[in-house]
Amino acid sequence: MPRQQQNLTERSMAIGLKALNRFAASPVVDRLGLRDPAERFLYGASKTTVRTAASAGRTFAAAQKLATPARQPTTKPSGLFDLTPTDEQQMLREAVRDFALHRLRPAALEADAACLAPPELLSQSDELGLTMIGVPEELGGAVAERSAVTAVLMSEALAQGDMGLAVACLAPAAVSTALSLWGDEEQQATYLHEFVGERIPAASLAVIEPRALFDPFKLQTRARPANGGYVLSGVKSLVPRAVAGELFVVAAELEGRGPALFIVEATAEGISVEPEPAMGIRAAATGRLTFEDTSIPASALLAGARPEVYAQCIQLGRIAWSALAVGTGQAVLDYVIPYVKDRKAFGEPIANRQAIAFAVSNIAIELDGLRLATYRAASRADQGKSFAREAALARRLASERAMAIGSDGVQLLGGHGYVTEHPVERWYRDLRAAGLMEGVLLV
Amino acid sequence: MINLEVPKKFATLVGQAHQMAAEVMRPNSRKYDRAEHARPKELDMLAAVIKGMNEGGALSGAGAAGASRSQNGDSADHAGTRNGSNLATVLSVAEVCWGDVGLLLSMPGQGLGNSAIAAVADEEQLQRFGGKWAAMAITEPEAGSDSAAIRTTARLEGDEYVLNGEKIFVTAGDRAELIVVWASLDRDQGRAAIKSFVVERDNPGLKLDRLEHKLGIRASDTANFVLSDCRVPKGNLLGSPEIKAKGGFSGVMQTFDNTRPLVAAMALGVARACLEETRDRLTEAGIEIDYDAPPIAQSAAAAEFIAMEADYEAARLLTLQAAWMADNGKPNSLQASMAKAKAGRVGTEIALRCVALCGTVGYGEGELLEKWARDAKILDIFEGTQQIQLLVIARLLLGKSSSELK
Repeated sequence: MPRQQQNLTERSMAIGLKALNRFAASPVVDRLGLRDPAERFLYGASKTTVRTAASAGRTFAAAQKLATPARQPTTKPSGLFDLTPTDEQQMLREAVRDFALHRLRPAALEADAACLAPPELLSQSDELGLTMIGVPEELGGAVAERSAVTAVLMSEALAQGDMGLAVACLAPAAVSTALSLWGDEEQQATYLHEFVGERIPAASLAVIEPRALFDPFKLQTRARPANGGYVLSGVKSLVPRAVAGELFVVAAELEGRGPALFIVEATAEGISVEPEPAMGIRAAATGRLTFEDTSIPASALLAGARPEVYAQCIQLGRIAWSALAVGTGQAVLDYVIPYVKDRKAFGEPIANRQAIAFAVSNIAIELDGLRLATYRAASRADQGKSFAREAALARRLASERAMAIGSDGVQLLGGHGYVTEHPVERWYRDLRAAGLMEGVLLV
Repeated sequence: MINLEVPKKFATLVGQAHQMAAEVMRPNSRKYDRAEHARPKELDMLAAVIKGMNEGGALSGAGAAGASRSQNGDSADHAGTRNGSNLATVLSVAEVCWGDVGLLLSMPGQGLGNSAIAAVADEEQLQRFGGKWAAMAITEPEAGSDSAAIRTTARLEGDEYVLNGEKIFVTAGDRAELIVVWASLDRDQGRAAIKSFVVERDNPGLKLDRLEHKLGIRASDTANFVLSDCRVPKGNLLGSPEIKAKGGFSGVMQTFDNTRPLVAAMALGVARACLEETRDRLTEAGIEIDYDAPPIAQSAAAAEFIAMEADYEAARLLTLQAAWMADNGKPNSLQASMAKAKAGRVGTEIALRCVALCGTVGYGEGELLEKWARDAKILDIFEGTQQIQLLVIARLLLGKSSSELK
């Protein structure tokens, strides 16, 4: 543990993790009282960077290259059933939750309407170091060990503020995690330094395609070997921050090999982007990417198209979406409890009626079940055990049970739940995404 | 460090429970489903074998007696967290109920009364009652879920309590050696005056009225009793005889925090039996379950199977969570009720849906699915119905008293 603390402090940027570390880890001071000065320090110093399509022209150039790709080591668990996060996880989770509840939540309504995350919010999120969590220390990462559980806890905490903004904040982290887990030394050298630097690129993991019964293992986006590289063609749907995107990891069927992941820079010829707003997660500025004979170099292929890597990518993405569903589900529960206790009908709080109270109980039961299933899938991933089944089960719960939580959240507020004055209508829309999306995120 | 896998140290325990379920429970399942009220003598032998092993024997946790207060002799095997008797017990109970839930309930020495004794008895009482089979008598004709309304009374006369009243639905009541009876010391003082008393089965004041015929768990006897001037020694009152205005009843209710995860575990056992059987039948029918492909892109049967497994997983982890909290001395009323509510309802849902998926193979008496679907229903009823669990959970979440949220 001391070693990890040390690394956190050393590796994080001057502001960001280091500052959060200091404040979040201080149990003595009243953090609510301290937060405002802390945040002024944190965010007042932040440089606002507005990214537009024009800034999508970043050139990615190799930094210092290692002899072999760097990977985060995993920690061997004690083998005992345990639901206690490590001190480090606890600290990070609290810091992220503060950010989510006090920064993301107040910005959520406007960002949802604008279909855009405020640039200053994204900068602040970058300073939190989300993209550094999955990066090996040798390459500037912030956390010593590889842990999908840590990523789950962070994702959950962020989505407690707002799912759409959480997706916008986490999208580049999916790319840095993919490169850390599966990139070769060349790919890591070319791209990863950008994700631990001052100005984190807008980046996304694009898997899903616009059609009914979409199956990520049966892709219509194709990669054809040509001229020593590949030619991509196909359409990707609901890609976060697509218009501003500078780097994409794209899932495509590699002829004769099966589904595979490709690193595609936004500057490549033959890519068109258009906004594709959806029912929810609108703050993620989702867009549609079209590849028309887009040529990419041979070095763009990730992990040599190994099928197990692609399967893991899909499974880890599903766990991440389940984690977001947990966070937003918790937001619903925390919101409806005081509401039903305050709201009076027939002379007493509606919480005194079983029809209302039981709905609240069921939200809590299903939320906790989903949370535990999500943690189990992630912890199995960390232990190198198979987790396809567990990821599928967590996803099923996110898809059905979390959706019902969103629906009940609106229902419990009645007409008030249907208007944007209360956030439950947004959570209703956002929660639908959690059981439907593929890719985009990685834990 | 977060890890939701069952520790390796329980592998032997679970393995032995499985062996018992496969070799003793399953082969006798249909027999005692048909021969309702016949004592499953195969279990007497089994109980003797278990008793023959020392107290720490792997199967000692195979019944309700294993659930108890935390730190019940377990040493912490790792700085930080403890995986002890509560976790061991839910695992082995689930495993035995994979074999047969009715037979588990008929396991000598493993009644729910044993949990009550383990939870609140003092050292002297543990000495006297330990090792005996104890049933639990709470329900009355006019008081089911509303246990605070029970009418059975206990009156102190000299060194004895005199019990009068009627008790119904006493699981293993005919076969057990002890009955833990809930009775009121003073009906005017409401729930605070309710205490539990240990009554020897052969007490002349305790008369068996009848045995019920049931939808399922027919291997287990369900007895109705009349208590008429039933005298028990003063020392048979469990816990404190003092009537406290506040918190007195919660001591009695505390038992449920320990036993609700056990009933949840029973539902898990039945559900897993159904899922495994159904998976085999679906495979025979040419259905493959693919965890990587989205369920909507698979056959309806495969999608339904994944949906059932997901709810099973949620129920299972909620149950392990409640047991783990008990092992670690964390208050778990909320989690115990959540586990019971989820496992109780999904156990029944899964069993009934498996019957439907398997058609006449599921519905016919040639296989056990139809029996499991009948057995499962009780698990959403006893130790607090689904609705009672939702009420307990809601009161805790909303901070409501029982008079505010009725």
